[in-house]
Amino acid sequence: MSKPESNSVRDLLFGNLWDYSPSIESASNVIIKPRYGHFINNKFVEGENYFQTINPATEEVLSELPTADDKAVAEAVAAARKAYEKYWKPMSGQERAKYIYRIARLMQERARELAIVETMNGGKPIKESRDFDVPLAAAHFFYYAGWADKLQYAFPGSEVSSLGVAGQIIPWNFPLLMAAWKIAPALAAGNTVVLKPAETTPLSAMFLAEIIQEADLPPGVVNFVHGAGSTGAAIVNHPDINKIAFTGSTTVGKNIQRAIAGSRKKLTLELGGKGANIVFDDAAIDQAVEGVVKGIYFNQGHVCCAGSRLLVQENIADVVIEKLKHRISTLRVGDPLDKNTDVGAINSAAQLTRIREMVAIGEEEGAVKHESRCVLPDKGFFFAPTFFTGVTPSHRIAREEIFGPVLSVLTFRTPEEAVAKANNTPYGLGCGVWTEKGSKLFKVAGQLKAGIVWGNSYNKFDPSSPFGGYKESGFGREGGVHGLLSYLEVR
Amino acid sequence: MPANYQVPRVPSVDQISVEERAASFTTRSIKTESKLAGLKMVAQMIDLTTLEGSDTPGKVEMLCRKAREPGSGCPPVAAVCVYPTMVPVAKRELAGTGINVAAVATYFPSGQASLAERIDEVKRTVDAGADEIDMVISRGEFLAGEYGKIFDEVAATVEACGPAHLKVILETGELQTLDNVRLASQIAIDAGAHFIKTSTGKVTPAATMPVTLVMLETIRDHYLKTGKMVGMKPAGGIRHSKQALHYLVMVKETLGDAWLDPNWFRFGASSLLNDVLLQLEKAQTGRYHSERYLSMS
Repeated sequence: MSKPESNSVRDLLFGNLWDYSPSIESASNVIIKPRYGHFINNKFVEGENYFQTINPATEEVLSELPTADDKAVAEAVAAARKAYEKYWKPMSGQERAKYIYRIARLMQERARELAIVETMNGGKPIKESRDFDVPLAAAHFFYYAGWADKLQYAFPGSEVSSLGVAGQIIPWNFPLLMAAWKIAPALAAGNTVVLKPAETTPLSAMFLAEIIQEADLPPGVVNFVHGAGSTGAAIVNHPDINKIAFTGSTTVGKNIQRAIAGSRKKLTLELGGKGANIVFDDAAIDQAVEGVVKGIYFNQGHVCCAGSRLLVQENIADVVIEKLKHRISTLRVGDPLDKNTDVGAINSAAQLTRIREMVAIGEEEGAVKHESRCVLPDKGFFFAPTFFTGVTPSHRIAREEIFGPVLSVLTFRTPEEAVAKANNTPYGLGCGVWTEKGSKLFKVAGQLKAGIVWGNSYNKFDPSSPFGGYKESGFGREGGVHGLLSYLEVR
Repeated sequence: MPANYQVPRVPSVDQISVEERAASFTTRSIKTESKLAGLKMVAQMIDLTTLEGSDTPGKVEMLCRKAREPGSGCPPVAAVCVYPTMVPVAKRELAGTGINVAAVATYFPSGQASLAERIDEVKRTVDAGADEIDMVISRGEFLAGEYGKIFDEVAATVEACGPAHLKVILETGELQTLDNVRLASQIAIDAGAHFIKTSTGKVTPAATMPVTLVMLETIRDHYLKTGKMVGMKPAGGIRHSKQALHYLVMVKETLGDAWLDPNWFRFGASSLLNDVLLQLEKAQTGRYHSERYLSMS
């Protein structure tokens, strides 16, 4: 039974008595070319079947790119193979490190441009691309550059060697950061790369390509090819690729694993998630609510490790839900280039449709919807921050990944129940535990079947910390010394 | 004094997350009209303060005139805050202006006197014409765990204030932990404080954004539970307009529009006003002028 809404007389009024003037980051700080090619042998090369890429906040076309078929992919792989044998494999770790450091420094120098293009092409708030995506991407290159000449010390007692050519396929939610997560450890470990950016967000990779040119990497060490699923399949099935690294949906991940079964390709998969934020009644409540908000509304909820389920102890559920309602009404949704925007545009029309469908299913199944009363822009793909109460583990919105700013709130009574509910999912990527009691935090964290468990925090990342999943969230780790394992032969 | 005082249950506070949240308010971009409106709001929320051993009637007269007419198209401030002995001077200078006279009582800043002496001082100060009393709590008693004594001294001071409004200074720089700040805020509010205030300005650190956030959250939860609004006054260390605007952002996003009002939010400050004037001039003329053009306060 649902309780009546709180007395409106006591409600907090988050209005515009005093409001912030728009503070728009200028798009003129970046030059996006009307057309890009594949990037092979340090050159942009023309291709065929050009497709357009847009700004999801305005639906304006930003540029166009070719679709790589089997032939174009073969050309890129051949370039990578040649670069591996001729330059990168024989090069000392110390020399490789110089190049990787150079990439990191150039990313810092061009940080503003990278942030703007990332926001224009992907829809995420400039605040996030500026303060999170770009600095962390650079940090990954800095971190792995440090490992390049120390590989023999990474796994004591073992001999290590590079694999060869790595085929990498990345998603649209953190385009530049995912490229960094994939390329930095591959290069440090002595491999060369063919990477396919997501078809909706290929532009920051083109800026990275310019940086790679400027850093004067030997031609063919890093190559980019564009396209959608068929291009990805061409990479996966190419016989001269030694390793596949994929971040994306669980369905595609399973297809990839089937496709390379029986080949000698190594594989790492970083797939979907349905992360739980567990809030105990002895938590620092206001800070827990802040973490829950960050866990689901960060990057419009387009985060594989998003805390998309809130498990809150039953005796504090009402208080937490009231605080959540107030907090989401202060989230500023709108122009991603506005420095005061907290929640930007949904990445694509297709994803917006998917989110709307899942929200409709939640309502049909009887969960109670609460949404922020923000005004959404007329153009572009936007969705108001939303959460559902009255959700149980059998609701589809508690089981399926929505990949949008939609949170499902469930309750529990005991730590055992919390753990059981948190683990009651085919996924296992991120989880959060909120309690001021250290013994409880460590016990619960140890019982959670998730690759990352944050204690009294959420969505904290560091290049030295490994990231990866349990169960259908994938296998292999990215980041830290563990991230090197995916790109090395260890004997 | 009741020995069976029931200490209020307050949520724990996670210092790391509070600091992170407080810092997030400083990344809001405040420009153009928003900045101009914010600066005027800040000016109207200032308790223009002088609390020195060297204060004289002349100094207070000077301050009162600045309070009435800050210049640069700036509206008058909310109140002038002085020691009890200076209340008659301030009262005379501010008569008919709508600007309140606030006085620090209860043996400010240490509060080291018997409760009877402190209450007596409050009564005399109110009789002298103070509209607002800023009291200090006994931090020693609080740190010794004598929470009932804190409740009682605040309740007794509220009573002694009569029609005057009471601001309760927690001196958060001496309470040190945010858990202490949260508990002390709740006790003061339960005992009837009209405002809770961070600091005397005599202890470092004085007002900080994390401390103020925890106090605002206590005010918010109390309001949602009881419907009773309590005011907030960060004091000490807020010298620049930019800092003050960050505090306004925090109020706006924590308590909402109702608290963006001098009746519910104040800055205890002295040099802040001149920085606001400097920024107002900049907003109006497009350039900074020299501080030589600003009157002392």
